[in-house]
Amino acid sequence: MTKEFKRPDGRKSDELRPIKAKVGIIPNADGSAMFSFGDTVAIAAVYGPKKMHPQHLQNPTKSTLRCTYNMLSFSVTERIRPGPNRRSMEISKITEWALEPVLMIDEFPNTVIDVYINILQANASTRCAGINAAAMALAHAGIPMKNLVSSVSIGKLDKHLVVDLNKTEEDWEEGDGATDMPITLTADGKITHIQLDGKIEAKQLKEAIEYAKKACKEIHDIQKKALKDVEENI
Amino acid sequence: MNSTNNKESKISARRIATPGEVIVSGGNFLPGEGTEKIGEEILALKYGIVEESNGLVKIISISGVYYPRRGNVVIGMVENITFNGWVIDIETHENAFLSLAEVPRYVNKDEIEDVMNIGDMVVAKIWSINKRGIDLSIKSKGLGKINDGIIIKVNSNKVPRIIGKDGSMVNLIKSETECNITVGQNGLIWIRGEKIENELFAKRAILFVAEKSFIVGLTDEVKKWLEEEKTK
Repeated sequence: MTKEFKRPDGRKSDELRPIKAKVGIIPNADGSAMFSFGDTVAIAAVYGPKKMHPQHLQNPTKSTLRCTYNMLSFSVTERIRPGPNRRSMEISKITEWALEPVLMIDEFPNTVIDVYINILQANASTRCAGINAAAMALAHAGIPMKNLVSSVSIGKLDKHLVVDLNKTEEDWEEGDGATDMPITLTADGKITHIQLDGKIEAKQLKEAIEYAKKACKEIHDIQKKALKDVEENI
Repeated sequence: MNSTNNKESKISARRIATPGEVIVSGGNFLPGEGTEKIGEEILALKYGIVEESNGLVKIISISGVYYPRRGNVVIGMVENITFNGWVIDIETHENAFLSLAEVPRYVNKDEIEDVMNIGDMVVAKIWSINKRGIDLSIKSKGLGKINDGIIIKVNSNKVPRIIGKDGSMVNLIKSETECNITVGQNGLIWIRGEKIENELFAKRAILFVAEKSFIVGLTDEVKKWLEEEKTK
């Protein structure tokens, strides 16, 4: 059933949009990366570990990860008001939770690791692109981590599962409408973050996770390649 | 090294590892800094260049901030004065403290600022790192307040390349530019020479090394560059 389904942009149901990844794009940051799914472009900059200010926010047992997700005002077709809003604050928190399980930051008490994620261009799946960029940027900053994480959005258009939603698919209205599920996995297939916007049956959820595992494997290979190519593009 | 069944049982030169990647599996390798051994496999725990010596596998960072180590010589700026020493900013996440007891001569408590005042630069050695912070010392030769010359800053991960094997690179630049150079592990470099032209020449040479730090056979490249620059 899923095989015959025709997506608006002609992709196969398990096909990702063309991915681009690059590391070391921001010279002033301690670590930085760019990640894009088709027209969705995210850049991430990492600063630190550095001393946490104000002092009462310091954690004496481990370092603090602080993510800031921001969509630039020109990233979507109609200008959005710049600055933090409810949505961006939620995504910042989600990004922290998605990344923290792989970080080994107990060596740096009383410090903070700042991650700034900016969305230059948005065409759905921005949080996934942001998490992917942030994972690469954290690695580039030399922060000890058990693994990289990769993130992808799985969608259910009416009853068909698809990988890596774009904007037209996100606004799907036929049948049961669209369900959007961003999933973040470590390279060994453990889930660090999963969200659900809509409805899905338990059986199909399992299937969706299998889709995510396959897609994340592809993404992980691209992230790895980008990190290894860093010296050639200096 | 008895295992031949896996293609990854050897480590190639200048290989970059990413977190979570299997560096080698099998063989008698030991996990060093930035790695972890699970079963037969040695996994990378951070991003950097893999280095192996006598079976010990470790990862050397190529980017990121400076992490202080005991015994490192660093250059910093006096940030504050307390009743028994100086707080020094060595561009790391912890405060560094230089105690009066770690100064080679006797200093009266009311003349601390005459020895070193806020804003002065100092070459110091890290002699201990504990929960309270970093303790510095200026009790060895070559350490102390900086009175002349210039200070430049490079990424702290480039420092090993600037020093070179047993100081070969920095000695080459020293002799070619007739300058005295002190390289702090935190990326701050102090250059002092007879003439300001020499100091600026040394600065250009060091920045050249930092920029080309990934080239194989860098010392020869730098020799060539120095020759060319001199004839200009």
